[in-house]
Amino acid sequence: METHAITLTVNDQTYRGEVEPRMLLSDYLRHELGLTGTHVGCEHGVCGACTVLLDGQPVRSCLMFAVQAEGYELSTVEGLASSAEDLHPLQQAFWEAHGLQCGFCTPGFLMTLVPFLAENPQPTEREIREAISGNLCRCTGYQNIVAAALLAAEGMPE
Amino acid sequence: MVLYNAYPSDPAMKPPPFEYIAAESVEHTLELMEEHGDGAKLLAGGQSLIPAMNFRVLQPTVLIDLNRIEDLEYIQHADDGALVVGAMTRQRDLEKSRDVERVAPLLYEAMPHIAHPQIRTRGTIGGSLAHADPAAELPAVSIAAGASMKASGPEGDRWIEAKDFFEGMFSTALGSDEMLVEVTFPAKTSRTGWRFEETSRRRGDYAMMGVAVEVELDDGGACKEARLVYLNAGDGPIEAEKAAAMLRGERPTPKLIAAAAAQAADHEIDPMGNVHASIDFQRHLARVQTERALVKAFDRAANSKA
Repeated sequence: METHAITLTVNDQTYRGEVEPRMLLSDYLRHELGLTGTHVGCEHGVCGACTVLLDGQPVRSCLMFAVQAEGYELSTVEGLASSAEDLHPLQQAFWEAHGLQCGFCTPGFLMTLVPFLAENPQPTEREIREAISGNLCRCTGYQNIVAAALLAAEGMPE
Repeated sequence: MVLYNAYPSDPAMKPPPFEYIAAESVEHTLELMEEHGDGAKLLAGGQSLIPAMNFRVLQPTVLIDLNRIEDLEYIQHADDGALVVGAMTRQRDLEKSRDVERVAPLLYEAMPHIAHPQIRTRGTIGGSLAHADPAAELPAVSIAAGASMKASGPEGDRWIEAKDFFEGMFSTALGSDEMLVEVTFPAKTSRTGWRFEETSRRRGDYAMMGVAVEVELDDGGACKEARLVYLNAGDGPIEAEKAAAMLRGERPTPKLIAAAAAQAADHEIDPMGNVHASIDFQRHLARVQTERALVKAFDRAANSKA
């Protein structure tokens, strides 16, 4: 099968590679670039674990081919914190409000809520629940995830 | 510094192999469709096509990607006040558009019900309409709003009324050599009312039942026009024409609204039932949604400031 040369930016780092057209963006990030923070759950657009930002907007990376990301700027969960001691405010809020248990779904929740809170810094609880309606969590429960989002919003400039 | 693939590997891939071509324009797309024939599929937002490929339900040999055709992403006004939307306009852009809210309020009201925010970032209006899933919101909305579709083909352009566009399960009036390029929503009159209702088990899931309603009142307060279109109620968007006929020419009393709702729910829709909703329950939902939607739509029509 013919491959395509692609160039894309992930977390401000430019990458070049050759991909088969059928390689999903989620698989490209994980297997080719080694960015395994983006998790893969259902691989058909239901669970939200693979959410990444495409030019700042949240998308499901399992519902895009890597070849389609040519020229785009992507952000993944690895780009949120510079170190374990310097978490992104939303990550810190998840830590403090017990917004994760096993953590499998967490990258998807974070990458969904980061652009949401940037656009809507003072959300209501209902708006947060609407924003995360496309992300499944099977252990922590949504209560503490919503609490973490509210906590993060409190610390954000209006 | 540019990094190359750090971990070259050969992971198992879910979708079947295919040839990928990024189309540069509508004309280029039509040429590619002619060249590659039935094995080719058009890739719009991909939010239905790619899952189907991940499951290997669909195995196209060629994917013609429309996402680089910037000319197909626009929200504009026609001279007569109609809203004109390019087929590759993202659902997220429609959801946030003040023009959509003002000119096509039924479309605006339905947008947040379409899947989830991450899906709407990528999903397009044209992709959803051409996919023609009977459970999707946009086909029902397009009929209720009186929209029309512009198709481009080797013979040129033609317009298809939304009510003639859908021909059953995942089937449209588009020829195999045609593509959907634009959708027009006519300007509403000052006495138009609308309402979109749907019920799903979880926000953003496929609806167990849903209805898109648009009505118009005459100067005397009687119903001049009504369109009731249901989703997940048959093998395509289902228009309840007899229920609408019961309303036309009459003042919309609670008794008449209840009778029209019963007509649509008991006799005109043809739901198939599934593990989450029996046919009886789907009919029940349709009746309740129709009553609520008509009350709201007529109220909006009576109190319209436009």
